Amino acid sequence: MYPFDYHRCASAEEAKALLAELGDGRLLAGGQSLLPMMKLRFVMTGNVIDLRDCEELRGIDIGSGAVTIGAMTRHVDVASSKELATALPVLAELAGGIGDPLVRAQGTMGGSIANNDPAADYPAACLGLGATILTTAGEIAADDFFLGVFETALAEGELVTGVRYPVPAAAAYMKFRHPASRFALAGVFVARAMDGLRIAVTGAGSQGVFRWHEAEAALTADFAPEALDGAELDTSDLNSDIHADADYRGHLVRVMAARAVRKILAANR
Amino acid sequence: MREFGIGQSLPRTEDLRLVRGTGRYTDDIAPAGSARMYVLRSQHAFARIGGIAIDAALEVPGVLAILTGADATADGLGGFTSMVRRTGPDGQPNFEPPFAVIARDVTRYVGEPVAVIVAETLNAAKDAAELIEVDYEAQPCVADLALADAPGAPLVWEQCPGNLCVLTEVGDKSATDDAFARAAHVAQVDFRISRVAVSTMEPRTAVAEWSEADQRFTLHASIQNPHMSREQLAGVLGLPSHRIRAVALDVGGGFGLKGVPHPELALVMWAARRVGRPVRWTSERSEGFLADCHARDQIVHAELALDEEARFLGLRVRVKANFGAYLSLAGVHCALGNIGGLSGVYVLPAIHGEIRGLFTHTVPIGPYRGAGRPEASMMIERVIDVAARDLGMDPAELRRRNLIPADRMPYDTGFVFTYDSGDFPASQAKVQEISDWNGFERRRAGAWARGRLRGIGMAHVIEIAAGQLDEMGAIEVDTSGAIAVTTGMQNHGQGHETMYRQLIAEFMHVPPDKVSVRDCDTDQIPYGFGTGGSRSAVVAGFLLETLASKVIAKGKQVAAIMLEVEPDQIDYREGAVFAARDSNRSATLAEVARFAHQPMHLPPGFEGGLSHRQMTRLAGPTFPNGCHVCEVEIDPETGHLDFVGYWVSEDVGKAINPMIVKGQVHGGVVQGLGQALGEYIHYDEEGQLATGSFMDYQMPRALDMPAIGIVSSDTPSRNNPLGIKGCGEGGTVGALPAAMNAIADALGPLGITNFDMPATPQRLWRAIRDAGGMPHAMAAE
Ligand SMILES: Cc1cc2nc3c(=O)[nH]c(=O)nc-3n(C[C@H](O)[C@H](O)[C@H](O)COP(=O)(O)OP(=O)(O)OC[C@H]3O[C@@H](n4cnc5c(N)ncnc54)[C@H](O)[C@@H]3O)c2cc1C
Repeated sequence: MYPFDYHRCASAEEAKALLAELGDGRLLAGGQSLLPMMKLRFVMTGNVIDLRDCEELRGIDIGSGAVTIGAMTRHVDVASSKELATALPVLAELAGGIGDPLVRAQGTMGGSIANNDPAADYPAACLGLGATILTTAGEIAADDFFLGVFETALAEGELVTGVRYPVPAAAAYMKFRHPASRFALAGVFVARAMDGLRIAVTGAGSQGVFRWHEAEAALTADFAPEALDGAELDTSDLNSDIHADADYRGHLVRVMAARAVRKILAANR
Repeated sequence: MREFGIGQSLPRTEDLRLVRGTGRYTDDIAPAGSARMYVLRSQHAFARIGGIAIDAALEVPGVLAILTGADATADGLGGFTSMVRRTGPDGQPNFEPPFAVIARDVTRYVGEPVAVIVAETLNAAKDAAELIEVDYEAQPCVADLALADAPGAPLVWEQCPGNLCVLTEVGDKSATDDAFARAAHVAQVDFRISRVAVSTMEPRTAVAEWSEADQRFTLHASIQNPHMSREQLAGVLGLPSHRIRAVALDVGGGFGLKGVPHPELALVMWAARRVGRPVRWTSERSEGFLADCHARDQIVHAELALDEEARFLGLRVRVKANFGAYLSLAGVHCALGNIGGLSGVYVLPAIHGEIRGLFTHTVPIGPYRGAGRPEASMMIERVIDVAARDLGMDPAELRRRNLIPADRMPYDTGFVFTYDSGDFPASQAKVQEISDWNGFERRRAGAWARGRLRGIGMAHVIEIAAGQLDEMGAIEVDTSGAIAVTTGMQNHGQGHETMYRQLIAEFMHVPPDKVSVRDCDTDQIPYGFGTGGSRSAVVAGFLLETLASKVIAKGKQVAAIMLEVEPDQIDYREGAVFAARDSNRSATLAEVARFAHQPMHLPPGFEGGLSHRQMTRLAGPTFPNGCHVCEVEIDPETGHLDFVGYWVSEDVGKAINPMIVKGQVHGGVVQGLGQALGEYIHYDEEGQLATGSFMDYQMPRALDMPAIGIVSSDTPSRNNPLGIKGCGEGGTVGALPAAMNAIADALGPLGITNFDMPATPQRLWRAIRDAGGMPHAMAAE
């Protein structure tokens, strides 16, 4: 780790002000992505601003038709929330499948989406549910938020404060884990919402999370796993590495999508 | 059974310390004034070093010294030598480039030490490392064993054309050729044994101090064999070995890796003497992936000749083994030292093998749990399954038909080993029963109905344990009757401390809390072979029994003086009491010990004290064995594999602590299954490590592992009076072939005849897809 100064603040506004003042500050949420990068000296920053005291950024609010979750809410809190288990079970399940108990006890939703790891789970939920990202500067639709690998629409000095998830009629998330890292090799979020059907794919795309529009069209026409067979998927946009080449990733996307559809159908039966 | 003695599952006495964070690991030692060492490593697999610019780095505050290959040459630093020598292609002793501790003008693997930075803090050392400029002239390299002897492959050493270091034959070629000529059937298989990282929980670590007053080093390090390490380090540093004290405290896993001296041990000592301060170094995980000796990495062709009755006539293997860029202490040994395992548990009249050891631009190969045993076992056990498939036979029946009968023990295999004992048919029958082997086809059909492939695999294990027969130990009884045990073996997690306490309870009737176990320290005991090769329990059983009997004999002499009878009138009884026969006079061990330390009460010339130290030598090695069964299910849609069942019948002769034996079997099996499932080291074409962290290196998790059913099938060894055999490695030795046989069995119905490890989802999915997928007809069956 390179040396740095450590700061703490009690609110998002305070953190924003400190960021502006320091110039090269880095926000610290659960530290599950940032700290490993710092330890490996991949990230160098003169100042770390710890958000742990920002109570206002923590919490799960079940509204009518939507659930709002604070940025500093930990994965374990989302996974174990009784209210969510009824209101939006797919999200609780997704959070419960992130990393391991140590990671879930520290990692936060805001950190995950601000980080936008191309294999992270929350971005798939945000995009799949058509969520709205709440920030210190306003609101950003998930469709406009995730720009690429580790890239988001957040402006310099802007903080994620929370996410508002519309509650869908039905949804399911299926992921096939990377055999080594256990992140998603291919994770597919399928949601049937008021304003239509959405499918978000994480882990597979070379540009990070994306919507699989062809499959959305196919399933809108016929909500059945077989309908996916005809949906095109451009594998040239998919990642290739020693664990999974684009062919295999593309195949897994199809399989996970079909399994998510089956899960929704089974739940409705 | 004696209280706390042999045969009981005593809870491990060291665990409280280890699991509560009160263990004493080398990294916990920070001598006053100690500095930190950081190693700058080669970024190229093969490069000429034009120069190393260190001036800017020396300016970093806190930097004490920066040492490079030029300094090493000036100080006459050597390298580690190979323990084993064989023949090269010219029939002469093989070329032997010592395992260099720092690169001079050429680097030969990514991760090879290029410069050493010593600084007040690790951060300062890393800052300085970033400012060092190494002028590399990269050369084309070869990292893949399969390409090492290809025409035109870059040479790691000019002295070795074709990168061929060792070319040797084992067994009887003409007898084997005859056997194949007579065969009714010949089965053959080609496979690769993947390269793996050892991944000990505690990384390698060392602290060195140089005493100017004593002209002597003290090295605390995470090592398995302080005495052998000391000899090797003395050679590298050009000192007599008594100028080094080597100590291993708690060690968090070794598996053979820490039995091989690595460069950093020498570097940390060299640095300590150079800067006149104690110097500490601890590997980071990603550093370990680059610089810890890797293991396995062989390419095998195996053929089995059978007669009309499916009896084995002969086995032929051709093996290519990767050595890496240098020969580590045990690199050649891993390819050849345990090749005796080829004969398996079978009547196998003729065996011939040709082994080629090749250099590549990779970190040297070292031992890892089994060290050549899992490889040898894969060769015989895989080809048996291929033969069974060819002949349409149940692989269990084919094995049963060829097993060495129990009444032929001891059995000279005619190859390398003479087995001391074992009842292989009984062992196989037991594991077939607990695994419901005969009911498998029903389970397979059930899996097919669920759209899953299912396979079962069997493998017998036999391995040499305690091939190193000699060891030194001491039992010292103090004036309170408490006992200290010292040996030249080293506990790195296996439970030696508990075992020694049980042995003392058995032989001396002293409860565990009155027994202390000394660290493995070259100043405590002049000789030791260390721990490795599944030897400690076998060797310690005999050693401590011998020592205890000597101490008791001495105690009888002292008790005789105390109780005023003849020594032969004294019995040593339960409760650690010396009693005069046919009388009510007695003295406890504590009383006798106290008396023994009061020379004024002893006759003139009588040697006071109650301690004994000596070396012992076993009559011969032991051959723990067992039969493993593995069952797998594969999701053909994703290639995901589940180990759904695992069973072992094991013969460890006699278990000192059955719980510890089970733990050893569990750990061993998991390390074998981990390799079968997905642990593998991959270098790309540039010799860069593609699996250099746990993000890419597939370490198995607990959830990946099946429940493991174990049944004991012990037959006592004839080579030591306690009957004990080893148990450290058998789990891995059996798991690798059992798993690969199970996977091949699952894939067989698709027409896939062979499948190489690792069974990663991508590789399985591709194999299944290329074979046309799982037919719907199968699922309907
Ligand atoms: C072993 C391991 C396994 C994992 N497995 C998974 C997995 O399976 N799936 C998965 O999705 N993730 C996984 N993760 C990542 C984990 O979920 C992280 O917690 C998450 O990606 C980042 O959240 P954090 O709270 O730890 O953020 P930090 O690491 O503290 O921060 C991450 C980044 O976000 C920025 N940031 C944090 N909070 C805010 C905010 N409110 N506004 C703006 N920027 C902010 C930080 O400055 C930093 O750049 C794993 C991590 C580890 C260590």
